[in-house]
Amino acid sequence: MSTAAATKDKSVLWDWLTTVDHKKLAILYLVAGGLFFIKAGLMAVFMRIQLMTAENDFLTGQTFNELITMHGTIMLFLAATPLIFAFMNFVIPLQIGARDVAFPFVNALGFWIFFFGGLLLSVSWFFGGGPDAGWTAYVPLSSGEYADLGLDFYVLGLQVSGIGTLVSGINFIVTIINMRAPGMTMMRMPLFCWTGLVISILIVFAFTPLAAGLALLMLDRLFGGQFFIPDMGGNAVLWQHIFWIFGHPEVYILVLPAFGIISEVVPAFSRKRLFGYTAMVFATLVIAFLGFMVWVHHMFTVGLGPITNSVFAIATMGIAVPTGIKIFNWLFTMWGGKITFNTAMLCASSFVPTFVLGGVTGVMLAMTPVDYLYHDTYFVVAHFHYIIIGGIVLGLLAGLYYWYPKMFGHKLNEKLGMLMFWLFYIGFHMTFFIQHILGLIGMPRRVYTYLEGQGMETMNLISSIGSFVMGAGILVLLINVVYSAFKAERITVNDPWDARTLEWATPTPIPEYNFAQTPQVRSLDPLFYEKMHGDGTIKPAEPMEDIHMPNGSILPFIIGLGLFTWGFGMVMINMENPIIPPAVVIGVGFVLTFGSMFIRSIKEDHGYHIPVEQVKKIEKEVS
Amino acid sequence: MADDLSKPFPKSSMSEEEIMKINKERRIQVTSFAFMIFLTILAFVAVATEMIEVGFAIPFILLLAVIQFFLQMYYFMHLKDKDHGWPNAFIISGVVLSTPALIALILLLGVTKY
Ligand code: HEM
Ligand SMILES: [Cu+2]
Repeated sequence: MSTAAATKDKSVLWDWLTTVDHKKLAILYLVAGGLFFIKAGLMAVFMRIQLMTAENDFLTGQTFNELITMHGTIMLFLAATPLIFAFMNFVIPLQIGARDVAFPFVNALGFWIFFFGGLLLSVSWFFGGGPDAGWTAYVPLSSGEYADLGLDFYVLGLQVSGIGTLVSGINFIVTIINMRAPGMTMMRMPLFCWTGLVISILIVFAFTPLAAGLALLMLDRLFGGQFFIPDMGGNAVLWQHIFWIFGHPEVYILVLPAFGIISEVVPAFSRKRLFGYTAMVFATLVIAFLGFMVWVHHMFTVGLGPITNSVFAIATMGIAVPTGIKIFNWLFTMWGGKITFNTAMLCASSFVPTFVLGGVTGVMLAMTPVDYLYHDTYFVVAHFHYIIIGGIVLGLLAGLYYWYPKMFGHKLNEKLGMLMFWLFYIGFHMTFFIQHILGLIGMPRRVYTYLEGQGMETMNLISSIGSFVMGAGILVLLINVVYSAFKAERITVNDPWDARTLEWATPTPIPEYNFAQTPQVRSLDPLFYEKMHGDGTIKPAEPMEDIHMPNGSILPFIIGLGLFTWGFGMVMINMENPIIPPAVVIGVGFVLTFGSMFIRSIKEDHGYHIPVEQVKKIEKEVS
Repeated sequence: MADDLSKPFPKSSMSEEEIMKINKERRIQVTSFAFMIFLTILAFVAVATEMIEVGFAIPFILLLAVIQFFLQMYYFMHLKDKDHGWPNAFIISGVVLSTPALIALILLLGVTKY
């Protein structure tokens, strides 16, 4: 039997490449997602510079199209999703009292496949330009006839990163169902775990249609298929259906975890339990279900007929009901609480009004007759940015400030945090509120310029200035991260916020096995319960024993690399004169991928044990 | 327990009784597999031999498909076994979510091409 010695004396780089520890993978997700976020944010700033004045020629129309496509695609698939996975990875095992996720190897696999998929999408810039058909990639714009190599990178990049997301989703479902500590019943799970479970289910049901749609588009583009080519018996509207059957659940995949984060942060800093816990869980489930029944609201203007449009309009408005339940529950949680307004709480509480604004415009858009006016104008752009930035990004920021001490052992600076919040918040409203009006006076979305004298100059200028302010806010956040890393005092207590849930019962920094003894959960908000009714520490559910840990492995990285190579080889099929024959590259990718899987299957790897003496020693050190 | 990890599962941690259960399960699997092949052959025969009217053949084949579906789910994918509450919940929600989508797509796309 091998022992803990196996983990020592690894170089730092090798350790991070091979890690299967959920806490380290969380940080990898955070860094990768953060980098993609900054990249797509810069693209947005470029677009706002272009739109600052009428008939500007800072960017060409083609570049603008590429930027707008990459911005949307990266933000949704490669920034928001991994950032959410970062927190889910870090927090969920701790909140349910587990030592790790159900399949640590698969967890690492999910990360590396996502990462290499993102890389595949990103290298398109070096091969004739990015995809340019919008993040929705509607045919015929995205068909072989109109779109170049960039779109092949889009199709294969998303296909690969989608596999990563699916794999992680499945892993989280199993983790939450099977790995809960004794006493952690479903209805005692923190809301962040509930939303994590629900979005993992949504991922399984929504990313599969996307994978199918992308596969069909790939067949059309690379192998002369005709699924979406009307002249040859295909159907262009089919793509829109498939895309939105995935697309609308996807927006809930992103926003529900933000709801979860808000439901953790608001009670913690209001010093009250979450109002209406059961109703919150129920509302989450209803939203998830309805999320699958509304996709046609993105296609009202296609001309599917009045009956179809009405049915989907009503279903769409129905979603406002469970969402409203949630909003009121957060308000009632804060009502009468002893509120601390630090940065995390500022982000969380200001999430509520901005999200309401986004929801109201959503219901406005759901009214089919008027949607004919709004559709494809800046009004829609304003709607979804209110949801995505005012909802998801504020939620992620709240989560970052809240969990930062547990993740990195020190808090982020509060003064810089406040500065970031106000810059970001003011900049955000400046950028996007005015876009509602721009949309109403008729500015179409996805245009690279507009004419003088259309009455759009001032509003666009204001919007652009707002986006610079917002960018400054993010810059302050980055400065804060560096500044706090050097200056902030180290946290040595378990529970710096005096919070309520199980993750705050672990020592800081967390030992790699999380809990020396699996905790016994006695109530919702277990830590708070023990503070009130016990001695403030969580009771163990088992005696101290040797702890079984998984070994690290480089195979997830190699499988990711293999899929990257394979995808790149597929793209090469459409290249004019590739230096290497595509079949060779595809073959190398295939061998790397399946070879690693084969090794993983036949090589026995039972992990190692941390002997109980060493556990005792570590526990003494950290407490 | 940890030392048995390299042995095959039946040797290291299954009782006689469990092994017997597994064998019985295998018989059920083979029987239902044979039955499903039979249903498939029936479907082919129904179309190929023109013994049955076309108007009747379609609902007939659909009926066979439904039976197959349940056999697959309950026997092959073990939904019938006890302690399969979660898999049941997931498969059922999958069916509930995808059926409306399928029906809607068939109705909406129909034969119109854009
Ligand atoms: C009360 C809830 C909501 C309602 C009623 C609603 C309604 C709508 C409608 C009707 C559209 C189509 C507008 C058009 O193209 O003419 C739309 C677009 C959009 N919504 Fe929402 N929405 C809601 C919540 C959300 C959430 C939670 C998100 C994201 C997390 C979101 C993200 C989007 C996006 C990204 C688009 C634009 C897609 C595109 O065309 O590129 N919405 N929404
Ligand atoms: Cu939608």
